[in-house]
Amino acid sequence: MSPARRYGMVVDTRRCVGCSACVLACMSENDVPEGYCRDWIVHEIRGVFPNLRQEIRSERCMHCSNPPCVDVCPTGASLVGEGGVVLVEADRCTGCKACIAACPYDARYVHPSGHVDKCTFCLHRVKRGELPACVTVCPTRALTFGDLADPDAEVSQLLRTRKSKVLLPEAGTEPNVFFLE
Amino acid sequence: MTPEVLEVLSNRHNPQIDPRLDIWEWQIPAYLFVGGLVAGLMVLMAALELRRKAPAPARAAQWMPVVALVLISLGMLFLFLDLANKPHVYRFYTAFRPTSAMSWGSWILLLVYPALALLWLGGLDRDRRAWLVGLRLVRALRLPRLIAWLTKLADQHRRKIVWTTLMVGVGLGVYTGLLLGTMVARPVWNSAVMGPLFLTSGISTGAALMLLTPQDETDTHTLVRWDIVAILVELALLVVLLIGFSTGSAAARAVADGFLGGAYTATFWSLVVMVGLVTPLVLNLLEVRRKTPMTAFAPAFVLVGGLVLRILFVASGQATGIGG
Repeated sequence: MSPARRYGMVVDTRRCVGCSACVLACMSENDVPEGYCRDWIVHEIRGVFPNLRQEIRSERCMHCSNPPCVDVCPTGASLVGEGGVVLVEADRCTGCKACIAACPYDARYVHPSGHVDKCTFCLHRVKRGELPACVTVCPTRALTFGDLADPDAEVSQLLRTRKSKVLLPEAGTEPNVFFLE
Repeated sequence: MTPEVLEVLSNRHNPQIDPRLDIWEWQIPAYLFVGGLVAGLMVLMAALELRRKAPAPARAAQWMPVVALVLISLGMLFLFLDLANKPHVYRFYTAFRPTSAMSWGSWILLLVYPALALLWLGGLDRDRRAWLVGLRLVRALRLPRLIAWLTKLADQHRRKIVWTTLMVGVGLGVYTGLLLGTMVARPVWNSAVMGPLFLTSGISTGAALMLLTPQDETDTHTLVRWDIVAILVELALLVVLLIGFSTGSAAARAVADGFLGGAYTATFWSLVVMVGLVTPLVLNLLEVRRKTPMTAFAPAFVLVGGLVLRILFVASGQATGIGG
């Protein structure tokens, strides 16, 4: 596998209906403890009444290219893994929660067993040539996963042809999850 | 004009994260307070000794390093209690991560122990050295030879040890601030001022603790004067911090609103500024200028202010995110 690979996700907010299938698929695939979630749905309504616009987003860890969680981790438990995916190595995690405080997206939580947990882009599935669980189950095909370093990948094509944004660009984290508007 | 609507609804429900961040409870502000206090004690004990022309065993040097050792151990206990994965605490010492203030801090904490122990042994007068070696526990553990060797080492390298104590103290004080200051996601914390602010506050609380305990008279006068300087610097740094918030991004301005009319205003201005800084400053100035007798009020107020400062910053930092 090429070390230059950069995994990313494109979320089409025009297709997402907020059904939460991605959330449930993730819980099931990753044994997420009850009462917790690695991905979630956000409804954002803005405008001046009666001209309101609703955007629905399936959100998760942004797998930033400049991840503050990795920088602040004192033990190296938070790390950048294969394809730029940001991971937590439970065995090295002390549960100090510095990474949680450092994440602008509040994408992490303390697992009941003590270590910090978060989305992994289902790297265990990706390594087998499969897609992340959330992408697989999305009924409206709002989620696209792929290698952003590959110009022919669907994610790259979508970002070239559609208007997109990242969340909180002012944080300087360079997210690898993009939202199509 | 009809106002613009912005409503954000999320189905995320992670404990300690939603509806607002609540990961650090009493343990972290308590540790930051105690850590700052010990940093202040280290800086002040070293500075007092460097200031003396002929180094005679000072009253503070007899037991203040031991107080500092007990306090830092208490602080490390607080940190341990905060860890969610306690059996993995040793992982702090299987890595050094230069980008992590917490990693720097965990290694600095290890340097605090030998620095304070050697500072104590080298500063003990002859009677107390004999008392220490004669202790039943020390003899039972067959420690007299080790203590004699360490005391000799401490005497030979006294000046180096004092300078090391000063530098480790500065490192400890600055890191307690930078621990929060390096978090870009939390506008209350994300300021380079946090390092010097927490160091200065630590020096002020360290001076307060020393003034609450018996000291040589000349040291008492010096500590009061230094405390005046520390309080003035701390006030100036708080002004700089508030100017930074008020003139920053929308998220930073929201923080400024919290301190200038919002939820944190009453606590900040009454307990941190008035009780913790302005009142002890006035009392210290009266003592120096008018020679009014020193009371425990000024030091006690400084300690209260220092603790509330840290409680307030840890709480308000978690309540506000860069995204609002």
